[in-house]
Amino acid sequence: MNDYKDLKLTVASSPHVNSPVGTRALMLDVLIALVPALCVGVYVFGPRALALTVVSVIGCEVFEWLYRFLLKKPQTGGDLSAAVTGVLLAFVCPVSLPYWTILIGDFFAMFLVKQIFGGLGKNFLNPALAGRAFLMLSYAGLMSNWVKPGLNNWLGVTGSTADAITAATPLAAMHTGAMPTAELTDLFIGTVGGCIGEVSAVALLFGGVYLIVRGVISPRIPVTFLGTVALLTVIFSQGNPNVEWMLSQLLSGGLMLGAFFMATDYVTSPCTPKGEIIFGVGCGLLTVFIRYFGGFPEGVSYAILLMNICVPIIEKYTHPSRFGLSKADIKAAKAAAKAAKKGGETA
Amino acid sequence: MLHQFFGGVHPAGHKDLSAHKATVPLAKAPAQVVIPMSMHLGAPCKPVVAAGDTVKVGQRIGETAGLGAPIHASVSGKVVAVEERSYGGGGTMLSVVIENDFQDTPDPAIKHRDGVDALSGAEIIEIVKNAGITGMGGAGFPTHVKLSGAVGKVDTLIINGAECEPYITSDHRLMLERGEAVIGGARLLAKAVGLSEATIGIELNKPDAIEHLKSLAGGDIHVEGLKTRYPQGAEKQLIQMVTGRQVPPGKLPADVQCLVCNVATAAAVWDAVTEGKPLTHRGVTVTGGAVAEPVNLLAPIGTPVSHLIDMAGGFKTTPDRVLYGGPMMGNPIYDLDVPMMKSSNCILCLTAEEAATQDPAQTCIRCGKCVEVCPMKLTPLFMRMNVNKRRWAEVEALRVMDCIECGSCNYICPARLPLVQAFRTAKFAIRDEAAKAKARAEKEKEAAKA
Repeated sequence: MNDYKDLKLTVASSPHVNSPVGTRALMLDVLIALVPALCVGVYVFGPRALALTVVSVIGCEVFEWLYRFLLKKPQTGGDLSAAVTGVLLAFVCPVSLPYWTILIGDFFAMFLVKQIFGGLGKNFLNPALAGRAFLMLSYAGLMSNWVKPGLNNWLGVTGSTADAITAATPLAAMHTGAMPTAELTDLFIGTVGGCIGEVSAVALLFGGVYLIVRGVISPRIPVTFLGTVALLTVIFSQGNPNVEWMLSQLLSGGLMLGAFFMATDYVTSPCTPKGEIIFGVGCGLLTVFIRYFGGFPEGVSYAILLMNICVPIIEKYTHPSRFGLSKADIKAAKAAAKAAKKGGETA
Repeated sequence: MLHQFFGGVHPAGHKDLSAHKATVPLAKAPAQVVIPMSMHLGAPCKPVVAAGDTVKVGQRIGETAGLGAPIHASVSGKVVAVEERSYGGGGTMLSVVIENDFQDTPDPAIKHRDGVDALSGAEIIEIVKNAGITGMGGAGFPTHVKLSGAVGKVDTLIINGAECEPYITSDHRLMLERGEAVIGGARLLAKAVGLSEATIGIELNKPDAIEHLKSLAGGDIHVEGLKTRYPQGAEKQLIQMVTGRQVPPGKLPADVQCLVCNVATAAAVWDAVTEGKPLTHRGVTVTGGAVAEPVNLLAPIGTPVSHLIDMAGGFKTTPDRVLYGGPMMGNPIYDLDVPMMKSSNCILCLTAEEAATQDPAQTCIRCGKCVEVCPMKLTPLFMRMNVNKRRWAEVEALRVMDCIECGSCNYICPARLPLVQAFRTAKFAIRDEAAKAKARAEKEKEAAKA
């Protein structure tokens, strides 16, 4: 009856179109957003910063490939999530870290934190931060060797810890309750000591805003995280004037990197909007607690890791309320459930 | 005065393919139409004609049996068969096959009606019932049943001109070309349920339609421009947008004093009341990247989809899939001989490049975008997790039954997971288990009696 009999038509469930943004595109956006911070890192610490980042990316991709090869699982390197972990892990290490050390961190992050739990989407800790925590415990000396910023102190690509001219970080000063010697503008631009990717607040802000504008992350976590830290440090200021203290706290250490790139990690942050707000506030609280009362000057990474562990329970209690139920309905339902429970107990 | 609905996505519109093209009758009438006896929710109709009978346009050929709407011949000619034919609902359905005599002889019963203003609400509902009008935007609920249930209960009548699905332009063209019928139909629908006002909601991507209807509407018909966002045209979301009310789970719009009808339904009601015409034709958009000349057609119900595609110049490239309806909620067609039905607003022919890709190797990355876009405030990623483990009780507790299958979560998912398919599976399984449990309970009851 028609000429269309030979057509092979796909029969599938609706919807029949997809958003053009896939996992790979999201991860690529994260990598793009990290480029400004990398540029400042190279400017401040020299070419070794770039070399260390590249080594870390290659390490992560290779270890992920190796794990999936050994266990005969389909390869997932194309989704670029391992590359993001590689960049982020390098960003939270000092520039003088030996290459072999960061490869150990990559191995820990990929094998033991990410893949052993089932790979992308299944890990409960942020791989980059867990890798950093592992290196921090195992190689505390190497991990807190802060190279002095500036062209004169640049490390060559083959340079090592022994060649580095070191200086204290602004946070170390603040940990003792003193105002940092670095100017706020230095903290903002990033010409201070610290890890490769965390020094420049402006570059990280730029990347963070890019991610929010592109819709990759929602502003809920970074805004609540930074807001909580700002509020606590301005109220419980240990320096004078307190606004300057607050800004020094906000702009130093890994806070910007953590708030925009680590705490917003899809896999290890809550999926519910309310949960994201609780998560952000929790990260902020723990960061300030650790910075004020902890043994280390910096608390962002541990704060995020601790909140990562809380994600399942946060999600459990922050499901969106049901469509079509008013507050009175929900109250009535709760009361009914309670009554039923009581009745069950007495019976 | 407008409110907001939750979530939503912005799929690419592609409406420019056919939005500027006027609705035209078929250049060549189909040689044969196949009219299925079920084009509505409810029981299939009983055919009242037999092979060999001659029928005229608008003559009743299917009588309701229970919940439903009668069915009328859409062309004049000879009934050649009353038999099972494959149809758009999936599977086969008893259908009346009419050989077209190309005369379009109207049924003598179709007469212009004078004194429309004097009609009472109950009389309007009776006319709507006899004209076989069903919801023309989606599910195809018999309109007279909807109206009878709403009389005295509703305070707001919303006419749905959102047309939020990508590609479809049949309602857009209808509002531009037959604005008087839409407005007149809205007034009749309002009167039928005892109201004096109605609100027509139209997405802002159709500014010309909004302007046109505003110029025609009097003080009793409010035309509202709605911010373009899918699924604006879903019944619950439109009610929320216009009134701020949320339809409670498992309840109907009438429970929040609302009645929603499609613009095409309103125009059909106008035709039925003023001209005595039953629902035999409707506007349908034939579009997509695979057809040569995307068009808006006024076609007799029962026209084979293949004929509609011919009227759009045939395929210019091989289609990957052909759908009834839009890309977000449309149903796939596997045999192009199936007829278009009362609810078919679009025949969409997508190329492989346009259509969704699926990559089974991908996994959920817990980005939470599905939670963010869900207009029903569900948590699709957790629901899917439980569907995969076949934990139906947990899926039900996560309110899978509230899912309106709009496809927003599925659309936005960066891992391209088949979420809607998972929820359909879960709904089916939950209903199936409930039915089995009920049957078991009844059996035990009887056993206890005996």
